[in-house]
Amino acid sequence: MKEEHKEGAHGHKEKYKYGMVIDLDKCTGCGACMVACMTENNVPFRKDESNKLVSTAWMRVFKATNGKSYPDIDVCYFPRPCMHCEGEHGHAPCVSVCPATATDYNYETGIVSQIYTRCFGCRYCMAACPYHARYFNWWDPVWPDKMEKALSPDVSPRMRGVVEKCSFCFHRFQRARDHAYAEGRREIREDEYQTACTQACPADAIIFGDLNNPEHKVYKLKKSPYAFRLLERLGTNPKVYYLSTRSWVRRAGDNYLAGERSK
Amino acid sequence: MSAQHEKKESAASSPIVIVFFIIGLAVSLFVGWSIFPKLLYSQKKQPIDFSHSIHLDAVGDCESCHFFREDGSFSGIPELSNCVECHEEAQGEDPEEIKLIENYIEPNKEIPWLVYSRQPDCVFFSHAAHVKMGELECKTCHGMIGESDHVEIYEENRITGYSRNIWGKSIGGFKSNTWDRMKMDDCAECHEEHGTNQACFVCHK
Repeated sequence: MKEEHKEGAHGHKEKYKYGMVIDLDKCTGCGACMVACMTENNVPFRKDESNKLVSTAWMRVFKATNGKSYPDIDVCYFPRPCMHCEGEHGHAPCVSVCPATATDYNYETGIVSQIYTRCFGCRYCMAACPYHARYFNWWDPVWPDKMEKALSPDVSPRMRGVVEKCSFCFHRFQRARDHAYAEGRREIREDEYQTACTQACPADAIIFGDLNNPEHKVYKLKKSPYAFRLLERLGTNPKVYYLSTRSWVRRAGDNYLAGERSK
Repeated sequence: MSAQHEKKESAASSPIVIVFFIIGLAVSLFVGWSIFPKLLYSQKKQPIDFSHSIHLDAVGDCESCHFFREDGSFSGIPELSNCVECHEEAQGEDPEEIKLIENYIEPNKEIPWLVYSRQPDCVFFSHAAHVKMGELECKTCHGMIGESDHVEIYEENRITGYSRNIWGKSIGGFKSNTWDRMKMDDCAECHEEHGTNQACFVCHK
């Protein structure tokens, strides 16, 4: 893994660090991000999706309440994609345990990949992931009649027996990079690469961009005093930040136990 | 005493064993190198026997037909509209050209070309990165197709459905030119040489 740190033929290294900032005070829990993600990434579904334990959703909105009764009750929705943990030097929990090298940390973009043709479905990564961001295909995907023709050719469909997860719409990065190359540029602009959930959010609660680039919106937002990441104490170093002015939300996100010291 | 006996017996039977071994080996190699590839790959003809050399002489470069779109994506195999630009009416009496006009241009039907370099679903290949930024020549991966007079027979793997050009013609897996194969190892080999990013999401999707 040291190789990625060395300079490439054109002298670039660790170019981008893509991440997301989700404003939980703006999120209404409508689920548009989930729908957009399903269609964008050819995520399979079944006729009966009532058993959520075995259903697949790369982006899943989680509902949390402050546990009080009316009129003090407050509800917060957490849209949860893959957190693309960096850990220390790219040692994401899932990447470290995969025996097939079917998932790796891309130092160029900071995105944790999942290669379906390489995965053999041992599900160690699912056990290692503290965010439940990974999903297992218990069945071969079956799309309703004619819907197969509407699948995106940019995202490879999965089969039974492999694990899948959010890729930060990596195919959109590939497309944006192609466009930049064709124009003789090496840099990708902020608006050229945006995830499907970001664009679908009607409340503009999801902001996506390069966390290392001071010109990108996420750079400033992640430094907000209201910004936090889920289960930060585990040292996963995730790249999805959440914003909330409500202190109970921040505490819920950091997930401290009753007697545990918070920060 | 008994050890001596055994030794004697094995020495006596060895010529027959060797003969059988050689016959068995020859049969296995024959089956593996000659019969198995024929069974594994079906042979398909392209709809039209296209001559790259004639067209290259006429238009001058690869990019006239295999061009980049404005968004940076690569057009790949030309559409019928590219052909119509010159072949709306027959330019000569070549039977292949007449086939093109009668079967495809007049009924306005796309030509169902068989793509030799079609990669599996999970592969992302960027022509822009290799041709525009990497400044690779077409022939580095595609070989001398531009100089061919006839299209070669398309061999399809009956199990996987992929073209034999991906696996390579050599059944032993030997490779003497960069364009002999299009497997992941071949991509990785060049990426390693040039110090390019080796992460999975560079070539996968």
